[in-house]
Amino acid sequence: MIEQFNPLRGEMLQIVRESGEIRRDLEPSLSAEALKKMYADMVLTRVADGKALKLQRQGRMGTFASSRGHEACQIGTASALLKSDWLFPYFRDLGTYLSCGYPLEIYFHYWMGNEAGMRTPEGLNIFPLAIPVASQIPQSVGAGMAARILKQSIAVFCTFGDGATSEGDFHEGLNFAGVFKTPNVFVCCNNQFAISVPRSRQTASATIAQKAVAYGFPGVLVDGNDILAVHSAAVEAADRARSGKGPTLIEAYTYRMGDHTTSDDASRYRGSEQLLEWQKKDPIERFRLYLTAKGLWTETEEKDLQEKSASLVEKAVEKAEAIPPASLEDLFAFTYATMPAGLGQELAELKSFVGETGR
Amino acid sequence: MMITMAQAINKTLAQEMERDERIVILGEDVGPDGGVFRVTEGLVDRFGHERVIDTPLAESGIIGASIGMSAMGLRPVPEIQFMGFVYPAFNQIISHVARLRNRTRGRFSAPLTIRMPYGAGVKALEHHSESTEALFCQIPGLTVVVPSTPYEAKGLLSSAIRSDDPVIFLEPSRLYRSGKQEVPEESYQIPIGKARLVREGRDLTIIAWGAMIPVVEKAAEDAQSLGIAVEILDLRTLSPLDKESFISSVRKTGRALVVHEAPKTCGLGAEIAAIINEAALLSLEAPILRVTGWDITVPLPKNEDYYYPGPERILRGIRRLMEF
Repeated sequence: MIEQFNPLRGEMLQIVRESGEIRRDLEPSLSAEALKKMYADMVLTRVADGKALKLQRQGRMGTFASSRGHEACQIGTASALLKSDWLFPYFRDLGTYLSCGYPLEIYFHYWMGNEAGMRTPEGLNIFPLAIPVASQIPQSVGAGMAARILKQSIAVFCTFGDGATSEGDFHEGLNFAGVFKTPNVFVCCNNQFAISVPRSRQTASATIAQKAVAYGFPGVLVDGNDILAVHSAAVEAADRARSGKGPTLIEAYTYRMGDHTTSDDASRYRGSEQLLEWQKKDPIERFRLYLTAKGLWTETEEKDLQEKSASLVEKAVEKAEAIPPASLEDLFAFTYATMPAGLGQELAELKSFVGETGR
Repeated sequence: MMITMAQAINKTLAQEMERDERIVILGEDVGPDGGVFRVTEGLVDRFGHERVIDTPLAESGIIGASIGMSAMGLRPVPEIQFMGFVYPAFNQIISHVARLRNRTRGRFSAPLTIRMPYGAGVKALEHHSESTEALFCQIPGLTVVVPSTPYEAKGLLSSAIRSDDPVIFLEPSRLYRSGKQEVPEESYQIPIGKARLVREGRDLTIIAWGAMIPVVEKAAEDAQSLGIAVEILDLRTLSPLDKESFISSVRKTGRALVVHEAPKTCGLGAEIAAIINEAALLSLEAPILRVTGWDITVPLPKNEDYYYPGPERILRGIRRLMEF
C-alpha cells in the first residue's frame, strides 16, 4: 500500500477524512478492542499532556514539550510496535511512550527533573528520549544493523520532528540505513515548526517523505491526524523491516497545536487562524467520529474514559511526586561502571558539605 | 614476538574478537583495505563483513550506530580514521556515549572502544596531526587511554575493549611503526587508571604519555650525563587520572615537569599541576613546569618540528627546574 502513494507527487495516505468519512478499500481490519485501546491511549495522552502543562505553571514540573495534536502520529506509530521491537524516541513522544507501556509516573518523573525517569523499566525496549535533535537517528540505525548481525526479526522505530531532517545525523542515519538495508521505521512527525522556524525554511523538498527516494528506500506521506493512516503505514513498514526488506520513512503530516515547550510563546511567530484551521482536524475528534460511526463508541463510554483518564493521570502525578529525590550517591554512581577514586573523593566532599550546611 | 605497535593493536583486535563474538569493528576503510594505517589488516578475511564493517564516510553515523549496536548487546570497537576527523562525532560522544549510563541510571550504557590515531610527527596532511585529548578528558563518563609502546598497546587495548565504560583509545601515529618490541603472543591486560613508572630517579618527575614517552626518555638519558636523575611516569590513562602516582612521585623528588604535545593553554598539564599544588605543595622545591606544544595551530610538515617538544626543549626544562 505504501508504494501506491508517491511522495514525489505529494500523494498522501488518508483513510479517515476530517468528516469521519472512511476510505473502505484502505481501512485496516482492527478488532473493536484494538481500536478502543488506540482511542483510549490518545485521550490519556491528551489529558496527561494538559496536566503536565498545568503542573509546569504551578512549578511542579520542569520545562515540558507538549504533544497536543500529535496523538495520531504517536499512538498510530506505537500501535504498530511488537514487544520485541525497539523504539528510539525524541522529546515530544508522550503518547508513544504511554502506548508502549511506559509508566506515566516514571515519564513525568524525568520531566520533573530526575534522571531516574529515563530508566526504562526492564522488558521495554525503549531507548532514552533524545534531546539533541536527530541524534537518535543513527543510533536507531545501529540497533537495526545489530538486529541483522544477531539475526533478530525485529523492527526498530525511530521518531523525530521535521526540524530533525535538517540535521546531519538525519542524513548519516538514513544513508547508513539504505546502505545496510536495516530494519528501521523512521517516523517524521512533521508538525510544521522547529520551535519558530516553519517547515518551508527547513527544506526546499516538496515533502519530507520524498527524501527516502534518494536513500534508496520507500518514503510515504501520511495524514498525521488520521490515526488509521499512520497505523497502517507503520504496520506495513514494520512488516517490511521484520521480513528483511529494509527501512521505510514515514512522514506524518500534522500540526503542533501547542507551543514548542512551556518556555515558548508561539504567538510571537504564528497567527491563530492557522491554529483554528487545524483544530478542526483534531486527531482525537476525527477518530471518535470514526468509532461512533462504526457503532463502537457511545457518549457514556466517552464520559467514563475521560474520567478514568483524569484519575489515572492524577494517580501518576501523586506517585511521581512521591518518588524520593535522588541520593547524593546517585549523582555520582552512574558516571562510570565503577566509581573512580577521584570521583569518590568529590562525593565525600559534597556529602560533608551537605552535612555541615544542611544543604 | 617482535612486533610494531600497529601489529600489536591488530593482534589484540583479533584476539578479542576471537574471545567475544559480540565485538564488531566499524569505520572507514577498516575492511579489505585494512585501515589507512593497516591496523585492521586481515580482520575482515578472518571475521567476515558482518563483524568488520566498512561504513559510509560519516563519523557521527559511525559513533551513533555504535551506540545503537551496544543497546542491542554488541560491543562495537569503532575506528575514527584520524583524530582530526572526530569532531563531527562529538555530539554522539559527548551527548550520548559519555552520559548514557548516567541518564538512564544504569539501564543502558555504551561501552565502546573508540580508536583513533593522534598526534604530530608523521609529516601528514593538514588536520592529521592534532593532539586534542584534553577535549575528551573534560567529559565525565569517558575514559581516555594512550599507549606508548607495542607491549602497552596490547595490554591496554585488551582492557579497554573489556571495560564496561566507553574508552577513547588514542594511538600515537608516530609510534605505529617507529620500533619493534618483544610482546607476548598470549592475551594479557594492563589495568586502566594506573600510571607506569618508566624510569626511577630522585631529582625530578616527568609526567608524560603516548608519543612523548620516547622523547622524554631521550631527554632523561641526556640529563643523566649531567648528573640529574629523572623519574618518568607514563600516565597511560588520561582520564580518570591516576593522581596518586604523580603526587607520591613529586613528594619524593620535589620537582615536576609535565610534557605534552597538545597546546599549553587548558592542556592536561594545567590539570596535573593543579592537582600537585593541592596535594603536594609543601614538597615542591620549584614551580611546576610544562613543556608542551605551542598555543598555535599545528604547522604543516615543513615547520612541524618546531611544534612538538623534542629532547632539547625538555632538557632545557629539566635544567630550569634544577637551577631554580
